[in-house]
Amino acid sequence: MSRVRALLVALAAVALMGSASEPSERLPDPAQEARARVLFKEVRCLVCQNESIDDSEAQLAGDLRRIVREQVKAGRSDGEIRAFLVQRYGEFVLLKPRFSAGNAALWLAPVGVLLVGGVLMVGLLRRRRTVETELSREEEDRVARLLQDD
Amino acid sequence: MIVELGAFALILSLMLSVAQTGLSAVGGARRSPVLAGAGRGAAVATFVAVALAFAALIHAFVVSDFSVANVANNSHTAKPMLYKVAGAWGSHEGSMLLWCLVLTGYGAAMAFFGDSLPPRLRAYAIAIQGALGVLFLAYTVFASNPMERLLDPPVEGRSLNPLLQDPALAFHPPFLYAGYVGFSVVYSLSLAALIEGRIDAAWARWVRPWTLAAWSLLTVGITLGAFWAYYELGWGGWWFWDPVENASFMPWLIGAALLHSAIVTEKRGALPGWTAFLALAAFTFSMLGAFLVRSGVLTSVHAFAVDPTRGVLLLIMMGVAAGAGFLLFGLRAGSLNPGGQFRPVSRESAIVLNNILLSTATAVVLLGTLYPLIREAMDGEAVSVGAPFFNLTFVPLMILAFCVLPAGPLLAWKRGDAKGVARKLWTVLAAAAALGLIAYGIVQPRKALASGGLVVGFWLLGGALLEMGERLKLLRVPFAESARRARGLPRGAWGTTLAHAGLGVFVLGASFETAWRVEAAQALSLNDSHALGAYTLTLTDVGTVEGPNYLAERGIVKITDKAGREICHAEPERRFYPTGSQTTSEVAICPRVLDDIYVVLGERRAGEGGKPAWLVRAYVNPWVRLIFLGPLIMALGGAVSLSDRRVRLGVGRRAGEVVS
Repeated sequence: MSRVRALLVALAAVALMGSASEPSERLPDPAQEARARVLFKEVRCLVCQNESIDDSEAQLAGDLRRIVREQVKAGRSDGEIRAFLVQRYGEFVLLKPRFSAGNAALWLAPVGVLLVGGVLMVGLLRRRRTVETELSREEEDRVARLLQDD
Repeated sequence: MIVELGAFALILSLMLSVAQTGLSAVGGARRSPVLAGAGRGAAVATFVAVALAFAALIHAFVVSDFSVANVANNSHTAKPMLYKVAGAWGSHEGSMLLWCLVLTGYGAAMAFFGDSLPPRLRAYAIAIQGALGVLFLAYTVFASNPMERLLDPPVEGRSLNPLLQDPALAFHPPFLYAGYVGFSVVYSLSLAALIEGRIDAAWARWVRPWTLAAWSLLTVGITLGAFWAYYELGWGGWWFWDPVENASFMPWLIGAALLHSAIVTEKRGALPGWTAFLALAAFTFSMLGAFLVRSGVLTSVHAFAVDPTRGVLLLIMMGVAAGAGFLLFGLRAGSLNPGGQFRPVSRESAIVLNNILLSTATAVVLLGTLYPLIREAMDGEAVSVGAPFFNLTFVPLMILAFCVLPAGPLLAWKRGDAKGVARKLWTVLAAAAALGLIAYGIVQPRKALASGGLVVGFWLLGGALLEMGERLKLLRVPFAESARRARGLPRGAWGTTLAHAGLGVFVLGASFETAWRVEAAQALSLNDSHALGAYTLTLTDVGTVEGPNYLAERGIVKITDKAGREICHAEPERRFYPTGSQTTSEVAICPRVLDDIYVVLGERRAGEGGKPAWLVRAYVNPWVRLIFLGPLIMALGGAVSLSDRRVRLGVGRRAGEVVS
């Protein structure tokens, strides 16, 4: 019996943890709750190993969820909520970095790489085109003559 | 004693790999069959020595020899046998030894089955494989020796992280490493060919089977990892764009690009430089993966065996290997023969487009993964790059690739007939669009974007089936004739169809599951019920169970459908592992053909009227099985291609059986 008690004590010790779907945390308005859940996926649980607050069961994630839910309930827009979080916790809190001078490289690089690839491909095809020439009239005649000789 | 033998075998293997490198290099340079033969012998001997060391380590784990530091840190007497064995590669030291085992194993395979390679190319390739062996074995012996003894051995070990005590994860690293390190062969073959100054169709024919093998194994490894995350981490996610996942995904993407460009080089002699570049890049990304995962420079959910001090060493090793490779490439690339010519509309062009998109996607994943480090180094700003970034950049690139994919195999080499291909494909497009519209109409709630995802999935699947139908002339000739054609078709063609169809299956699953999963969470007392979509969950009992090395609270959740019929008993657990004082939740999954009903038992709390209640979290994950089935079909496609006679001839008669 003591092992069972040990188990219950151990499990109770971690009972503070909750998940994003915790019923007691949920907002009464389903539309607002849905919006909050979308936002959760963009917010990092700061003490976790690269988890969003939607995924994490850590206590801090619960606190952040509460903050986001409160803001949603107060009628703030998504942008305002993000700005609020950044002001309070720094850029680190957003899993999707905002477009800014510092992050321009990150957001523009995919387009840049794709453009370079496209230019290379066009170059490749053009070079090939000049190498590959159709047979001239004379050459075709010669081919025809050679074939007839066989 | 056995551990000392293992340590001795490990040091011996380092000596042998030095011999392998020297003998093969000199044998190749002097065209001496005797020296090259001795180099091959040394390659096999190196592998045998590493295998002995690995066996000794596994033995130490099996008998729980806690005088070995690695065992004491990662094992426990009460652990089930499977996880004792798997513990051998669950730690940093053990996983690096596994890396060496696979690396030298591929070296031995080249020595054994490379009879059809030109002798000089083969000798150089084995020398380079040996040099990689020297690099990684020296690291293992001097900086990360798994055989190190403790002066004061503990009575009991510290056990393996309970999250890792799982069958899928026990087999995840061996597959992953077999894939990662498989690219070392391609790397060695490329460097050898660059030294010889000859990158041609014959070379590509040897590169392809090894790429196929490595890529297929990597596919299985990544899928096992995703499946593990899905049912073990407890919220039903299967891909998080986590640095460690990205680390394994980058070599996979480059490997997929390489598979395709090698076909162009083999069949048409074109793009030799690009194919060699990808071959070097694939293994570079494998090493980068090892560095990112093992050094812990990036925070990750999966970083379980991390040691920052050794990260620098790994980085230097990666720099040496990749630097040497790309330096030689830079010196030789200009002199490569550009090879066959092709028109803008041709299979070559389609594959070039595939390569551009896959490479861009890899660049995006690389940049996203490393960006927090770059920003931190540049202006000290801490930023995060997570799933929302990758969903916005990587996914559109892939969708673009998927849109043109079905046309690729239908186009002729050199000069394709765009109108003819469009005529064949428009039925597939119409069917895919119709199915997407139907999904948009009937699946609630309505989601346009996800319905679009389904269209892409059906388009890929339909395109792959159409291509096979075209080859068999299905419905246009009598069925017996089609069946005869099917028997005569090369395995490579079946492989292509399977791989592309598998991709379609995956896209269908991913679109459906991501958009239409249903979630419900409720605190339930005994015999309380709660609705989950069309199902009803009832908590009928909660008891305690004692596992081999854990105690658990187990709930019995009855799941009934709309008509009140009982579908299954889910038995989710919350486990407590006393050795590490860790709690994990063991998910219960009720499979429903393609869907899963996924049930998680939460903590006990006071419910209504003081009765105890438990938080029961449940999901319906529609079509989730396709997410794991699709990649397995792709890997099967790779294996089928590998068994193709034409491919097998390239690496000797029996290579297909060995590497698959």
